[in-house]
Amino acid sequence: MCGKAGPAMRQFLDFEKPVAELESKIEELRHMTEPGGINIAEEVGRLTEKAERQLRATYARLTPWQKVQVARHPDRPRAGAFIAALITDFTPLAGDRAFADDTALLGGMGRFQGRPVMVLGTERGSDTESRVRHNFGMARPEGYRKARRLIELAGRFALPVLSFVDTPGAFPGIDAEARGQAEAIARAIEACLSAPVPVVATIIGEGGSGGAIALAAGDRVLMLEHAVYSVISPEGCASILWRDAAAAPAAAEALRLTADDLHRLHLVDQVIGEPLGGAQRDPEATFRAVGEAIGAALDPLLGLDPATLLARRAEKFLEMGRAV
Amino acid sequence: MSWLTEFVRPKIRTLFARREVPDNLWHQCPACQQMIFATDLAANLKVCPHCGHHMRAGAVERLGWTFDPDSFTRIELPKVAADPLRFRDQKRYVDRLKEAREKTHLEDAVAVAHGTIGGRRAVVVAMEFAFMGGSMGAAVGEAIVAAARLAVLQEAPLIVFTASGGARMQEGALSLMQMPKTVLAVRLVKQAGLPFLTVLTDPTTGGVTASFAMLGDVQIAEPGALIGFAGARVIEQTVHEKLPEGFQRAEYLAAHGIIDMVVKRTELRETLVRILGLLQPGEIPAAA
Repeated sequence: MCGKAGPAMRQFLDFEKPVAELESKIEELRHMTEPGGINIAEEVGRLTEKAERQLRATYARLTPWQKVQVARHPDRPRAGAFIAALITDFTPLAGDRAFADDTALLGGMGRFQGRPVMVLGTERGSDTESRVRHNFGMARPEGYRKARRLIELAGRFALPVLSFVDTPGAFPGIDAEARGQAEAIARAIEACLSAPVPVVATIIGEGGSGGAIALAAGDRVLMLEHAVYSVISPEGCASILWRDAAAAPAAAEALRLTADDLHRLHLVDQVIGEPLGGAQRDPEATFRAVGEAIGAALDPLLGLDPATLLARRAEKFLEMGRAV
Repeated sequence: MSWLTEFVRPKIRTLFARREVPDNLWHQCPACQQMIFATDLAANLKVCPHCGHHMRAGAVERLGWTFDPDSFTRIELPKVAADPLRFRDQKRYVDRLKEAREKTHLEDAVAVAHGTIGGRRAVVVAMEFAFMGGSMGAAVGEAIVAAARLAVLQEAPLIVFTASGGARMQEGALSLMQMPKTVLAVRLVKQAGLPFLTVLTDPTTGGVTASFAMLGDVQIAEPGALIGFAGARVIEQTVHEKLPEGFQRAEYLAAHGIIDMVVKRTELRETLVRILGLLQPGEIPAAA
């Protein structure tokens, strides 16, 4: 959970500097006690309007690289916050039954709009302590095996699966490789594609490659406006193709990783609008919007029999990249 | 379903016309530095006769080593959207594709054929590392789906030789979506009750490993092959540790229970024949 109180505590990205300056000026004025010659209230109003215009202008033309920054914003609401806001009776379930419980990958049962569901999410944490505890949202094989187990459990009890994806990618570690990271991801994808229940995935922050698709091979894939979803991080792509990690902005552009791009390419089904200035400025409004979108996506799927559901899900992914 | 009408078109000429006449009769083994006479190397399936090092092999020669002599036919790969992202880094993707096609004489990083192995029908996919690092974009994804459908149609097992650096960055998230697509292809084969075998060759990493490559009913790897999810450099930068000796090599994966066996290239064909015979004992050989 992010516990930042007011704008004074807000963390700004580089490109938000003009807005940050205006907002700090507003704060200063608000704290001015002397009733000086100028009308403070009027000045505050004028600056507030200006700050909002500035923010609107900035966010209306974010570059892909800036979107990456917003998607990774330290104050952006994380999977756990979405689950807390949207799921009642949440009952966490743990472990892959073989080796460990992976805290980078949250899972459990609960109710969404009153209906029992299975919930999965990659959690990055929101402060240093929780980021370390959740391994910055990078799951190990145990995480993907837990996901697979819970998806299969959901299938047996007809619980729709909702996933919240926000991960830099699967953990690139010696232990992860030794325990079969690739196999664990492949099986999680297979579990998503084999679940006889609706699967609705929402990319809420960073959809990082294999670690993201492992939870996102669903009937409906939703994506927040400033989230990104990519086969490789812009930095990784830049260092391979440009031989220079500093080319990340160019790589972000070339990779077409924004929500609008993915929607245009028919790789995600719906883009969910974010509050002005990004989800971190109004998490509550973001939760509401995401809740409504998931509800609307889930509703038409609930009436489908498993065979139809599976066939349509398969057709959807088989279609991607096929010549028209 | 254009691939259905096209897959039978024989492409025998491409198999034989391209027999390279080596301008140098000697090759140096990159592992032991010893010189090897070109014909000896070819006869030994590109395995160094001195140290046993398995050199990388092309997709088309793989097919030749695997099928019964003169028994196989390559299928035309399904057409896919060309450069859907209009991707360019320091080079345009379309130019990289053009160069790769000229270099490999393949349409993309994969070749698919059907024929017989030990007298039994089989469909084989062989990936081509020399084609943009064997990377998987829509073309590779579609080829694997086509191969799976052909296997189901022919009631034949599907064997995949992997060689890939992972997903093709130049196709962005579209290449990522080939992971679920190829997982679905494997599902088709398995649901039809047919064997799906993977032979992991050097190197097999990234999105290819994390999709169809790791879903084999039986998983075989060539000696010394690099197989993993993340690249060694990325892992080193993340964990700030020296990687253990033999990390992500075929033998390491076998020791960690990730693959069934490590098989020398020269024994691969007989191993495949034996496994197919055990999995489908009732099958009547297609040709005597």
